[in-house]
Amino acid sequence: MSQNLLEVRGLSVQFRSAEGHLTAIDDLSLTIGHGEALAVLGESGSGKSVTAKAIMGILPHPAARITSGQVLLEGEDLLTLSPRRLRTVRGEKMAMVFQDALTSLNPVVPVGAQIAEMYRIHRGDNRREAQAKAVEMMRAVRIPDAKNRAKDYPFQFSGGMRQRVMIAMALALDPQLLIADEPTTALDVTVQAQILDLLQELRTERGMALMLITHDLGVAGQVADEALVMYAGSAVERAPMTELMQRPAHPYTLGLLSSVPGPEHRAKDLPTIPGLPPQLSNRPKGCSFHPRCSFATDLCRETKPAVVAGLPGREVACHHWKEVARHDDATALA
Amino acid sequence: MLEESETAAAVEVRPTAEGTRRRRGRVEALLLSSWRRPFLAMALLIIVVVSVMAIVPQLFTDIDPRDCDLSLSRLGPSPGHPFGFDMQGCDYFSNVVYGARTSMLVGVLVAGLTFVIALVAGSLAGYYGGLIDTVISRAADIVLGVPVMIASLVILYQFKSRGVGTIVFVLVLFTWAGTMRYLRGTVLQVKQLEYVQAARILGVGRLRILSRHVLPNAITPLIVMSTLSVGAGMTAEAGFSILGVGIKLPAFSWGLQIAAASSDGNWQIAPLLMLFPALMLALTTLAFVVLGENLRDALDPRSS
Amino acid sequence: MLRYATRRILLMIPTLIGSTFLVFLLVFLVPGDPVLALAGDKRLSESSIRAIREQYNLDDPFLVQYFKWLGNVLHGDFGFDFNNNSVTDLIASAFPYTMALALSAFCLKLVIGVLIGVWAGLREGRAPDKFNLFFTIFFLAVPGFIIAYLAQYVFGIKLHWLPISGVRQGFPIAFVMPAMVLALETASPLARLTRTSLVDVMRADFIVTAHAKGASPGRVVWRHALRNAFLPVVTYLGLSLASLLGGSVLIETIFNLPGLGGTLSDAITLQQGPVVVGVSVFLLLFFLLSSLIVDLLYPLIDPRVRHA
Repeated sequence: MSQNLLEVRGLSVQFRSAEGHLTAIDDLSLTIGHGEALAVLGESGSGKSVTAKAIMGILPHPAARITSGQVLLEGEDLLTLSPRRLRTVRGEKMAMVFQDALTSLNPVVPVGAQIAEMYRIHRGDNRREAQAKAVEMMRAVRIPDAKNRAKDYPFQFSGGMRQRVMIAMALALDPQLLIADEPTTALDVTVQAQILDLLQELRTERGMALMLITHDLGVAGQVADEALVMYAGSAVERAPMTELMQRPAHPYTLGLLSSVPGPEHRAKDLPTIPGLPPQLSNRPKGCSFHPRCSFATDLCRETKPAVVAGLPGREVACHHWKEVARHDDATALA
Repeated sequence: MLEESETAAAVEVRPTAEGTRRRRGRVEALLLSSWRRPFLAMALLIIVVVSVMAIVPQLFTDIDPRDCDLSLSRLGPSPGHPFGFDMQGCDYFSNVVYGARTSMLVGVLVAGLTFVIALVAGSLAGYYGGLIDTVISRAADIVLGVPVMIASLVILYQFKSRGVGTIVFVLVLFTWAGTMRYLRGTVLQVKQLEYVQAARILGVGRLRILSRHVLPNAITPLIVMSTLSVGAGMTAEAGFSILGVGIKLPAFSWGLQIAAASSDGNWQIAPLLMLFPALMLALTTLAFVVLGENLRDALDPRSS
Repeated sequence: MLRYATRRILLMIPTLIGSTFLVFLLVFLVPGDPVLALAGDKRLSESSIRAIREQYNLDDPFLVQYFKWLGNVLHGDFGFDFNNNSVTDLIASAFPYTMALALSAFCLKLVIGVLIGVWAGLREGRAPDKFNLFFTIFFLAVPGFIIAYLAQYVFGIKLHWLPISGVRQGFPIAFVMPAMVLALETASPLARLTRTSLVDVMRADFIVTAHAKGASPGRVVWRHALRNAFLPVVTYLGLSLASLLGGSVLIETIFNLPGLGGTLSDAITLQQGPVVVGVSVFLLLFFLLSSLIVDLLYPLIDPRVRHA
């Protein structure tokens, strides 16, 4: 379908380890439309970064293996492309921004050259042209004194500026999809807001789709139209952002929302989701979340719930989603 | 191999965040699994055999190495004399066997003393910092400003009566610094680790932290380096002998034997004179290197 | 950059004084008469003894002796031996041979070590890596002089391909075997370090970014990985000068090359103490100077040091 820019169908990823094969992602499906912003929410180990890397095709190999599924970018299955063809897609049609700009940028190459590299690789520009374009990009992400700063090295920038450099690098060829893996996690709150604003502006300017990976609901709420919640390698819920926040249909999402501190928690214990996420090597039978879920029944312990389109425009993987959606009391889990 | 840069490059171990007990456990596991690792098993065998040779040479030969007959000079191997005879007509096998003691002694003493000095100086400098660190580090810089071989040569030249002690002294003098610096580096690294800072906050005394928490983890590279030093020491002793500033005769050591074989082109006429002590030296050094390699792999937290 | 340079130079001065003092101390504070020690078994005439005592100012207080000697040495005056030959002249004539050997060995070792290390690093865990391990262990364990004798035996005596002694065939033929042996001797830590450094860098985040940018594997390795992996390697190369100089002494002796090492070894045999001291100190100073130069070159390749 050419409606959706990105369509992931039934993606499964396994990692090879000393203990055998670990399933990092299990039968994941998601879609992102043109110009749409999807937040992928989840805690560490939920598989969100692995998903991003699987889409980009930069999973560590031979450690990781995509065992099934399709990743359709504008109808083309990226998993079947030759490495050379995939390399042209990367950077041109889709690009990625990483969490820690300091370690994600080459420490001994000036930032201008790193941005310019995009033009040199994909457009065959010579050094001067590419450098000029790189400076332009740096201006586009609002780095002051771009021309001079292009000669500086990553360690000479502040965290926020470095992240802008990464964004400039990713957006250099005007990709249609930008995947941002926790782009603001390492930054101060004020800088965070600036970067998110920048992402929004660039998005609207260029009509670009955004896949924002984060564990921070606040960040997701600011930027995303839709949200996908992941837990233990599977998608558990998908909904438009506001609806998700107001009426979650999965117990995990409910737990996440409840644990955001607010004035109603004054002088009381902060609610948390009891327990810990499962080890990849030791997933519970049935629904992965059931050991921590207050809605869990025997059915949950036996059978893994399928994804159902319960509410209009939404999807959820829970046997008891109707109960959860009816829940008004946000502190029920405590 | 005695230069700091070489041993450091050869060792490349990160300090571990596991305790002494765990490390001992891994070493035991390594030794027990040696029947599965042929190289390690051979290395251990060689080390054991040579050590026994050094301690009780009589077990290996009952011929007196000084019992010589010039008419037998340079004769090849024959029954009862597997290594033949040397220039003076002495049984070469017994000479090589008796040579094990001095060579091993030099190697082990150099390794042991360097280990102790580097351990003490390195931990004091790394852990306490301040003036102690400045003094020790400056001293190390000075020593490191001198290539080991060259400085040793001058000094050994001046010392006319050169025994095992002299050689060991000179070698330890010029190699402690490299090893010390390495240990200091790992101590500094481990010092920053959170569990050490936690111990400090809890009020644990500095000396206790040093000995119980910091050292057991920083010491891993030092152990590996020491195994390399044994071979390096033995090799250096041989090098000195070849240049004429080795242990003063009469004495038995593989270095002296190699040197005697190399002089006046003796070895070109009777290559076996060079071969046997050189082989012993190379095999022993190799055995210690293999042991060091295996220790490093066993103790390196990166290898699963 | 300038600050880094001045700091490095200033740091070198106490090292220079300290190490020369250490050597001087151990040479002249030997039990007994240092002059007799320098002469070994030789019998010296009264005038010889007096000349030597004057040369080293042995009638002055110890520290004065040292400083006068240091002064002389830094001016290029290395004194005279017992036959009244100028040690400085000996050094000057021997120096080119040692440079020829050291430079060729350095280049060979660089090429061999880096190539094997990179090859092993890119094929981590597979055959080239195992080869690298074997190579490293072998040359780490087997002493250099044994390799030298072995090479002499095989290539010189049995195959007659290369000369085993002297410089009659001139450069490069007479230097092929010695330089090769010296290079092999010192290449193994280099190969090991290059391999490890490359393996570490390949695991870094910015390599993932490079892939995400759509760079080809070749470009990732060449432009991103190697540039970073070589940083510790370059540092090591500077430090390895010491082992190169030290190793050259034995190699020159074994192959009978009239370089500084050979001169040193001859002086030991002939018991010309002043030559031994003079050449050794020269090598020491040379080493310190080369280390300093390498230190100063390092910021050129690592921008983080340049701007710190």
